[in-house]
Parts: sequence; C-alpha cells; structure tokens
Amino acid sequence: MNTAASLAIRSQKQLRQGGTTEPAVVRYILIGATFLVLGLFLILPLIIVFHEAFADGVSVYCDALRDDDTLSAIRLTLLTAAIAVPANVIFGIAASWCISKFEFVGKRVLLTLIDLPFAISPIISGLIFVLLFGLQGWMGVWLHRHHIHIIGSVVGVVLATVFVTFPFVARELIPLMEAQGTEEEQAAISLGASGWRCFLKITLPNIKWGLLYGIILCNARAMGEFGAVSVVSGKIRGETETMPLHVETLYNDNQSSAAFAVASLLTLLAVATLIAKSIVEWKTAATTQLVPEAPASLIVSTAPPLHPSGKGGFDI
Amino acid sequence: MAQLKRHSVLPGFGLSLGYTLFYLSTIVLLPLAALVLKTMHLTWGQFMTTVTDPEVLAAYRVSFGASFVAAILNAAIGLLVAWVLVRYRFFGKRFLDAMIDLPFALPTAVAGISLTTLYAKNGWIGRLLDPLGIHVAYTWSGIVLALTFIGMPFVVRTIQPVLQDLDPEVEEAAASLGAGRWLIFRRVVFPEVWPPLLTGFSLSFARAVGEYGSVIFIAANIPMKTEIAPVMIVKKLEEFQYSQATAIAVVMLVASFIILLMISLLQKWTAGRGVRR
Repeated sequence: MNTAASLAIRSQKQLRQGGTTEPAVVRYILIGATFLVLGLFLILPLIIVFHEAFADGVSVYCDALRDDDTLSAIRLTLLTAAIAVPANVIFGIAASWCISKFEFVGKRVLLTLIDLPFAISPIISGLIFVLLFGLQGWMGVWLHRHHIHIIGSVVGVVLATVFVTFPFVARELIPLMEAQGTEEEQAAISLGASGWRCFLKITLPNIKWGLLYGIILCNARAMGEFGAVSVVSGKIRGETETMPLHVETLYNDNQSSAAFAVASLLTLLAVATLIAKSIVEWKTAATTQLVPEAPASLIVSTAPPLHPSGKGGFDI
Repeated sequence: MAQLKRHSVLPGFGLSLGYTLFYLSTIVLLPLAALVLKTMHLTWGQFMTTVTDPEVLAAYRVSFGASFVAAILNAAIGLLVAWVLVRYRFFGKRFLDAMIDLPFALPTAVAGISLTTLYAKNGWIGRLLDPLGIHVAYTWSGIVLALTFIGMPFVVRTIQPVLQDLDPEVEEAAASLGAGRWLIFRRVVFPEVWPPLLTGFSLSFARAVGEYGSVIFIAANIPMKTEIAPVMIVKKLEEFQYSQATAIAVVMLVASFIILLMISLLQKWTAGRGVRR
C-alpha cells in the first residue's frame, strides 16, 4: 500500500517533469550546443561577409558596387530572375492545375519528370546545355552557321537558370492544390462561372500564399545559381557574368573586399528571402490549416512528396 | 476507348496539360536527350578509359567520401537541432528555426568564400585551430565542412514534423511504467525518428555529391587530393573533351539516381509504418 502510493507519487512527479522532458541540466546543455553549432555554422559566415566587405572602408565598398562590371552583373542577375521566375510561375500553375484537379494516366511519371532538375547536379545541368548548343553539340553546327550563340551568351545563362529553378513553383502548388480538392471549383462551374473566372476568383485566392512561397524560393535560387550558370556563361566580364559569377572572378583576382561587397548584396537577398519565407509560413498557419507546421523548405526531394498527406512537401 | 482520364466538369485540362508537356519537353527533356544521345555515342572503351583514369577515380573517392562524412555529421547535428527546436522553449527559438534554411537561401558561391575566409590560417576560426595543427581550408576537411553547411537543413526539416506529430501519451505511458528518460528516447522516440533521419541523411548525401559552388573555393582543387567530380567535369569541358565530361557525368547521375531510388523506397516504408500505427 505504502509502496504503491509512493510509486504513484513518483510517477506523477515524473509525468510533470521527468516523464516528457529531460532534467534541466541536460536541457540547457542541448540548447547551448544548438546555439553553439548554429552560431558557428550559420551566423558567423553571415557576419564575416559584412566584416570583409567593409574591411577596407566604406568608400571601397561603395566603389566596388559602383563598378561598371558589378552594375552589369547586377543587371544580368535581375534580368535572369525576371525571365526565369514568371516563366516557371506560369508553368507551375498549369502543371499543378492539371495534376491536382484531374485524374489521368501517367500522373506519377509526370511528377517524377517535373522533379528531375532537382535531382541533377548543377554542373550536369550546365553540361546538358553545352552538349545541346555548344560548338560540338547536337545543334552546334546549325547554330554556328546561322550565327546564333547560346553558350557564352545571356540566352544560355537564362536557359540554365530556368532549368535549375524549373520545379520550385509547381512543387509548392501541387500538394497544396491536391489538399484543397475540387469542390469549390466544381460549385463555381456548375453555377455558370467561366473557367478563367473560376480560376481567378476561387483557385487563385486559395493558393496565393503557396504561390508566393514558391516565387520567393524560385527567385532566391534564380539569383544565386552558380554551378549551372558558370558552365554555360563563358564568364565574359561585363557581359555574361551574373552576381555569383562576378563574386568568383573578383575573389580569384585577389580583390577580396570587392568580392565580399557583391557577396553582401546576395547575403541581403538571402536574409530577405528567409524573412519573407517566415512571414508567409506564419500567414499560412494563421489563415489555413492546409500547410501547417512542416514548412516546405527549399529542399528538393524525389518524386513522391515526403508528406503525401499534403502537409507541404520537402524539396531541394 | 480506354479511359485515359476520369471525367470532370472542370475546364482547362487540355490547355494546362498541353502547356505543361510542351514546357517540360523544351526546358528539361530536350537538353537531357542531348546527354542521353551523347552517352550512346560513347564507345565502351572510351567510357571505361575516362572513368577509370586515376585522377577521375580519385575525384569520385573525394566526392563520395566527403559527402558521406558530411551526411553523417548532418544526421547528428540535425537530430540535435530538430529535437531542441521541437521539444524546448527558449529565447531566440523562432529566430534559430528561420535560420535553419539559410544554406538553401544563401548563394553557394557566397557560402564558399565566407567559409574559406573563416577557416583559412589567418581567419577567425582558422587562427584558433592552426596552433592545434588542424587545417580546414584547402584540405579534405574543408570539403566536408562546406558539404555539411549546404546539406544541414535536410535532416532538421525531415525530422521536425515527425517529432511534432509524436503522441506525447506514448512517452507518458512509458514514463509511468517506470522507464527513464534515456530508455524512453532509445526505445520509444528513436524508432519513430530513425526513418526520417535516414531520409534526411540520403537527401543531404545526394545534394552533397553534386555540389560545386561552395566547394571549389575551400578545396583548392588539387588533383588526386581535393578535386571533386563536378570539378573534373568542368575541367574536361574547358579542354573541350565533351565525351569525357559526359562519361564522368553519367557515372554521377547513375549514382544519384540510385540514391534517390533509395530515398523513395524509404519514404514508402515510412508511410507504411505510419498507416500501421
């Protein structure tokens, strides 16, 4: 009796503190270790970028950003993103509409194919365009005869970027639209709404946060892509160099603070991306329960989403 | 006629599927076809001489070896970070949670130069490690460091939702039956967490094998020592050896498809466990 009572008390105490959490000491050690690891690993690289960028003073920093080649790299990066993001948004909406609202044969295969660019190394993504359009490539001779240059030109840079960022928006929208089902659209159509009106008034408001999320991720990758673009661009200064490529050129030229000055702009872009992402995640959690706790991140996985329940997949 | 598509009242199927297939074919399938065609034009002899070249073999060893070590580090760090972020409440938690995705948002070239600067002999961290005889920048460990950085979010983000969905009653039951915390972790929590841990591990491994931007700065790319497979491809392309570049790429692609196949099998297995529970 006595032992039973003490056992009950002990287990109650365990339930309150010991049962579902660790002793305070362990807890603090684990939290401390997390701060240490993430601080060393994630925060310090961010700080060093700005430290190095301003190492030679503010005027050197400003001069580095005002340099003609830098300005041209910024322009090319903005242009590339301005083409790649809308192109992949239109594709993403079309793909998610047919995949999530209809049942048809070959859907799984289509999903796998859409994911392909995520499964391929950036260098190989660049290589395939060289094999297609390069001088020794399949269309090389024909292109050369017609004086069309794709490799070593802005067109190549844009194409490679579109390829690398291809799945982002579709990947974000497909699980979201699958979870939302087709009832609302069916109601609108049966009440006489046209297809476009139904899309604009029903579907678009339902997917707006997921769409924005996809756009943010797509844009970050489009502006930051390095490997694929470096293979196809030919790295002509002031012409086919994007910002990440310009960072490499400056760094290898021993112009460290100029390299970090350009890198600081890309870092600001990354921080802005993270903030925008957090806001959208918070908004989705607040407005719908469709994309809850598991934030679909920039990770890319293979064909089947990690959470087929429509909880927001994980993509590279 | 065989039913290829189930009837639906919604419009736009033809248009959206047509556009999807057209865009997919132009942007993805056509360039990939160029790779397949190029591969088919390689002779077996050509392929084998390229792929068994000592420098290429060394590059594969560096790529796969460093990626494997980085993925193991990521599994350990990811488990710790996911556990702390899901289970404990502390100041700065939301900030840390948002920061986890930084390696995905930060352009790889920026990650490369900032890690190199930090771990170089006169860098903030390199300066502390140098007297201990530990050199990170321009060595094999530097490659592991860069690959760990870029793959870190995978494990955290695959484990987090599973930990969150874990029913606290199971742990409470174990505790009320007298199990200690460590025993509960090993016997109750870990069996649930380890399938996503394995998935996260494979994802970060797959990503690391193909990574280029962050590694080239910290690796110094010394042939036979710190040269990764993607760097070999770039080198061959610069020498206009398209066939050799393709051969190296094909081996990498086959390897990463095997990894991805393993991931999708793992996911099926994990999903099956979820249903049974």
